[in-house]
Amino acid sequence: MSAIVSVPGSGKSHWWQSRTFRRFARHRLAMIGLIMITVLTLACVIGPYLLPFDELYIDLRARFAPPLTGYHIFGTDPLGRDLAARLFMAGRISLLVGFFAMLLSTIIGTVIGVCAGYYGGRIGAALMRFVDAFLSFPSIFLLLALAAFIKPSPFMITVIIAVTSWMEIARIVEAEVRSLRERDFVLAARMLGLSNSWIMFRELLPNAIGPIIVAATLTVARAILLEAYVSFLGYGIQPPLPSWGNMLNGAQQYLDRAPWLAIVPGVAITLAVTSFNFIGDGLRDALDARSDLN
Amino acid sequence: MLRYLLGRLWQSLILLVLVSMIGFAVLNLAPGGPLSQYALTPGMTQETLDRIAEQMGLNRPLPIQYLDWLWHLLQGDWGRSYRDSQPVLGIITGHLFATLLLMGSSTVLSIAVGTWVGIKGATKRYSIFDYSATVGAMVALSIPTFWFGLVAIYVFSLELKWLPAGNMYTIGNGSISDYAIHLIMPTVVLALVNVAVWSRYMRTATLDVINQDFVRTAKAKGLSERRVLMKHVIGNALLPMITLAGLQLPTILGGALVTETVFTWPGMGRLFLDSLGYNDYPVVMGLLMFSAILVLFGSLIADLLVAFVDPRIRLS
Repeated sequence: MSAIVSVPGSGKSHWWQSRTFRRFARHRLAMIGLIMITVLTLACVIGPYLLPFDELYIDLRARFAPPLTGYHIFGTDPLGRDLAARLFMAGRISLLVGFFAMLLSTIIGTVIGVCAGYYGGRIGAALMRFVDAFLSFPSIFLLLALAAFIKPSPFMITVIIAVTSWMEIARIVEAEVRSLRERDFVLAARMLGLSNSWIMFRELLPNAIGPIIVAATLTVARAILLEAYVSFLGYGIQPPLPSWGNMLNGAQQYLDRAPWLAIVPGVAITLAVTSFNFIGDGLRDALDARSDLN
Repeated sequence: MLRYLLGRLWQSLILLVLVSMIGFAVLNLAPGGPLSQYALTPGMTQETLDRIAEQMGLNRPLPIQYLDWLWHLLQGDWGRSYRDSQPVLGIITGHLFATLLLMGSSTVLSIAVGTWVGIKGATKRYSIFDYSATVGAMVALSIPTFWFGLVAIYVFSLELKWLPAGNMYTIGNGSISDYAIHLIMPTVVLALVNVAVWSRYMRTATLDVINQDFVRTAKAKGLSERRVLMKHVIGNALLPMITLAGLQLPTILGGALVTETVFTWPGMGRLFLDSLGYNDYPVVMGLLMFSAILVLFGSLIADLLVAFVDPRIRLS
């Protein structure tokens, strides 16, 4: 990361000394987000080993136990399964789906954006109209239709979320590449006889890394939310595999009897998504060279 | 102006074609394609399936099928529901009112609150109000709409018993006040995200305008802060918001789908989920296309409105 923002003449310096990193470390919200998501991730990774319950263990004598009953810190569900154990296992799935959906949609968006920005003209216009067309569908409609048509597995859900959320990144990359296309260094690279793909991905793309990182961080937040939406509506991750979304799926009918079934997973989703939004905001401020001038 | 209008119309037309292509592609992704409903019939043989495919023209090349599908679409023949054989377009327009009512009231609420928060944040920049509005907006954007709905139902329907937990009206009542009471919770829940987005953009737009020369001139003339704000700033800051309203349409429509599910609101979103549950693909596809067309139409109207209101475009 330091290479992108290193100041000419600043000499050799470590990445943690870079202005970008220091600005990011000073961003209070971003730090809060970073701490929240670290704690949440650790809980999901380690938590299941520390709890005395298996997330699939059914105990009908302990049905609907409210939080803090014995060792059930978050209570139990209608089958007497421990909610904390389910929450952490679900977190693994939800966070992984969010992360990989981000990775995939960033790749799709970057490739399409670079191509559209570099070639410009008819190809660029056609690709960008395609982006606009995708943006015309409310993403939840598209997501649900695809999820209902294709057999849902965690892998397919990840792919479907990525397919419906790459457009933002494509737009950002296209704008960045288009603005740099006519610069001298691109001309020089062309005169050296470098191939188009080298110029696109090795010369132009590194200049767009900052905005891509910001957009990718916000895409994780969006992907976690989208997974929660489809799974809540019953077309995402399928039980018995728990996800934060499908844990809420049955919660509405027990709302009067066991409100913690709805509250606990919802808080987890909100915390995770808020964290990534905070971090994205901090990265945006840190990577924006102009913010020092204000 | 005319040139701009024609260009914009042409653009929408191209988008409509692309949208229909994506829609057609999704339709062909359905398991077994459009034939899936017949494949489930007991005693169905491959022979009969092939015959139906031929009758429906499914053995023709895909581009021909696409043009045929598009032709019917343009004529208003959107197919018939698998569930009750009603024409798809009629079913959708039958659910349109409930969704538009919800979206409309929620948009009015979010614009009112968002504009106020945005302007106050911009004029009192870096104040406690501004800071908490910024953080609040980011948290609001992170709360899953349906979960917020569940919590609202728990608090206001189950615990406090102030508001009904769902539906659009009480059976046998249906007066305006009855509708209004049922409308409150879904409206607020759907507005949450949009208030956040709207207030953020409004803050930026107001800051942009405040730093312009004509605002300084107005202040130099000795106008009061309030007058400058009312007469010179707000109008200009609201201009880019019209475009934003157009851009936000897919989000609002998607949010309406989720909100309708939680509050058993009888709109397009509920219809969409019910149809998914019954594998009623024609209705699902119809809704997908209808929502995209609604969005295209909405952003076209927003752009035309901007062109009409903004003298920089109108007089060019």
